[in-house]
Amino acid sequence: MSSELLPHTLEAHPVTGMYNGKFGVWLFLASEVMLFGALFSAYILLRTHGDFPSHKETLLDYRFGALNTFLLITSSVTMVMAWASFKLNDPGKGKMYLWITVILSCAFLFIKIKFEYLHKIHEGITPSYSTFYGIYYCMTGLHGLHILGGVVVMLYFLTVGAGLWNKNPHQFTNRIECTGLYWHFVDLVWIFLFPVFYLL
Amino acid sequence: MSSDHHAHNPGFISKYVFSLDHKVIGVQYTVTSLIFLFFGFSLMMIMRWQLAYPGESIPLVGGWLGKYLVDNNGVLLPEGYNALGAMHGTIMVFLGVVPLAVGGFGNYVMPLQIGAPDMAFPKLNMASYWVYFLGGVTMLAGFFVPGGAANSGWTSYPPLADIANTVGTHPFWNGQTVWLLGMVLLITSSLLGSVNFIVTIMHLRVKGLTMFRLPFFVWAQFVTSFLLLLAFPPLEAAGVLQLMDRAFHTSFFMPEGLVVSGVVQDQFAGGGSPLLWQHLFWFLAHPEVYVLILPAIGIVGEIIANNTRRPLWGYKTLVYSVIFLGFMSFVVWAHHMFLTGMGTAMSTFFQTTTMIISIPSVVILTALLLSLWQGSIRFTVPMLFALSFLPMFAIGGLTGLPLGLSASDIQLHDTYYVIGHFHYVVAPGTIMALLGGIYFWYPKVTGRKMSTFLGHLHFWPSFVFMNTVFFPMFMVGLAGISRRLWDQTEYVQGIDVQGWVRMSSWGAWALGLAQIPFIINFFYSAFAGKKVNENPWKATTLEWAAPSPPPHGNFAEVPVAYRGPYEYSVPDAKEDFHPQHVPDSQLV
Repeated sequence: MSSELLPHTLEAHPVTGMYNGKFGVWLFLASEVMLFGALFSAYILLRTHGDFPSHKETLLDYRFGALNTFLLITSSVTMVMAWASFKLNDPGKGKMYLWITVILSCAFLFIKIKFEYLHKIHEGITPSYSTFYGIYYCMTGLHGLHILGGVVVMLYFLTVGAGLWNKNPHQFTNRIECTGLYWHFVDLVWIFLFPVFYLL
Repeated sequence: MSSDHHAHNPGFISKYVFSLDHKVIGVQYTVTSLIFLFFGFSLMMIMRWQLAYPGESIPLVGGWLGKYLVDNNGVLLPEGYNALGAMHGTIMVFLGVVPLAVGGFGNYVMPLQIGAPDMAFPKLNMASYWVYFLGGVTMLAGFFVPGGAANSGWTSYPPLADIANTVGTHPFWNGQTVWLLGMVLLITSSLLGSVNFIVTIMHLRVKGLTMFRLPFFVWAQFVTSFLLLLAFPPLEAAGVLQLMDRAFHTSFFMPEGLVVSGVVQDQFAGGGSPLLWQHLFWFLAHPEVYVLILPAIGIVGEIIANNTRRPLWGYKTLVYSVIFLGFMSFVVWAHHMFLTGMGTAMSTFFQTTTMIISIPSVVILTALLLSLWQGSIRFTVPMLFALSFLPMFAIGGLTGLPLGLSASDIQLHDTYYVIGHFHYVVAPGTIMALLGGIYFWYPKVTGRKMSTFLGHLHFWPSFVFMNTVFFPMFMVGLAGISRRLWDQTEYVQGIDVQGWVRMSSWGAWALGLAQIPFIINFFYSAFAGKKVNENPWKATTLEWAAPSPPPHGNFAEVPVAYRGPYEYSVPDAKEDFHPQHVPDSQLV
């Protein structure tokens, strides 16, 4: 079985300066910007039109939000460390950092679900309570799904997909880089979500 | 993302069902979307009966339609009429024309035209087809869930769509909710496709094929992909919000204290804005119009250059116009909303941008018309379709101007005039171009030509009946008939125009019959059509350098592009066309 790679699967294209996968992820992120952009626009329109709660009221506990912000930013750092380690041909260290990233994101999800969602639902504050909580559940929930997706991808590279490192370390490192791009974007979305829902 | 797409001796399943080859996926897209097109059209043929002969039993199929669509006598119910209308629009746009134009033609032709062995991400390509397929099945499932299919129009405007199909049905398996789920799948599919297209066009062009040597069709696909990539996600967001409204009773689109049929809708907390949906929806759906048109214009450009034996007139002008058109299509969406009370300042802005976007459209049409000037035109079957596209697309475009002006739109908004306008763009325009494209590239896909006799038998009736269906709609609309009426004869002005309505209906049924030669031709020619060599049209672009049908990996040896895409009738040359892949030394 001969298997040849398509052009620019590994090497960067001279014009765009990216290999296929990286370019693809950037385009995907552009569409993600439009997805979350539409939701932020919806938030603005609901806030200016509807009977949104006054911004002085403390609706969400900012301490959980701040802790989660810290966790996600740290996970972004460990994600870069993982990619750098693979790039420096140190798969052991790379895997360690990838595991730390997974653990940090699981902690994020745990706090989000256990101390925020379930707590609010227990108090009777469900998505239908008001448009504020509706858009809050919707946007943070969609963001949470993105986190979950990232965790699944990382776990894949740590387990089933780990064999690619032995076959083609270059391609494996590229895939970690693409995962990292996605991960930083997901963090960035949270950087916007935190002030919008917890502080403003 | 890589590797094993060149595996030898794959089994039947991996060769024809879960194939990674862009050509197989292109054919899968084409056949599936043609079936959906005919299905969506059939829904309309049923609706046209109710419009032409209100309250009479539907002949032939009346007894088969089930309790959600017809009563015991086989008369179409008002709810059934609404469901058919909503599903007709959705199926034609999202399951028919876009998958055919982008998934079918884009997938098959574009990689060949840039000399690539495949798409940049073959697995993503396969996923994109199967998600589309799943989305289609989900949409069709709407007909079988309790309460019947979605019936809030293809635009699904809330508050209606927020509360439709909910009384006495399953809380989750009901028409509108299934519609939303199907929509999310279809959006995901086109997102995967558009990423793949852009990377392929940027990265996999062969040596010598600079951006300004790309065939016009590739440019059209390139801009289309950006529209799909950036315009679809807001509808995905809107779909999620409406899903939340329906499933969890949030009130993003529900104002407070709404009363429907005497029932206070107090399951919603209120505080939302119905206009929010319209903004998000049209932010997608206006670029979507250009997603429908641009690939068709690209196909027409290819066919015209090839059959006039002339270079396209103003190739660079065409390219810049298409790019500008793509950009502008993001800032015209609210011209669909002049009558929503969003304010005159907003209307003025969107009226202005709408007038601006008509300029590149007219430039494109003019350039294509000028391409005919002094050409020695071959009236082949694809050329007939391409030529018929020009005047009919022009009618569609020009009748749009009064709709884009906020003053004249007051009279015309939501009447049959609007239906006539956008159908002229999409049906006699885009669909005729796509059919022409099928005749044009069929020899490449199968190695055989479609029958010219059956082609004429398909073209001429289709051309006549397309106009029979849609032209009367302008008259009906100007008489003030609203577009969503189940029985327009309940109004005096409706009785006056009933003749036009019947003409339209008979045209639609005749148009259905006129497709029979095409269906026969499509399957018959695959086995019994005349065998042709790899370049039967004497064309210049790279897809004709590959064998017909192209094998796995497409080209025997990687081609090199030595010149622009339309070097026809070069003065003092031996042949009247210079293919892109043949070096100068071999031409003299």
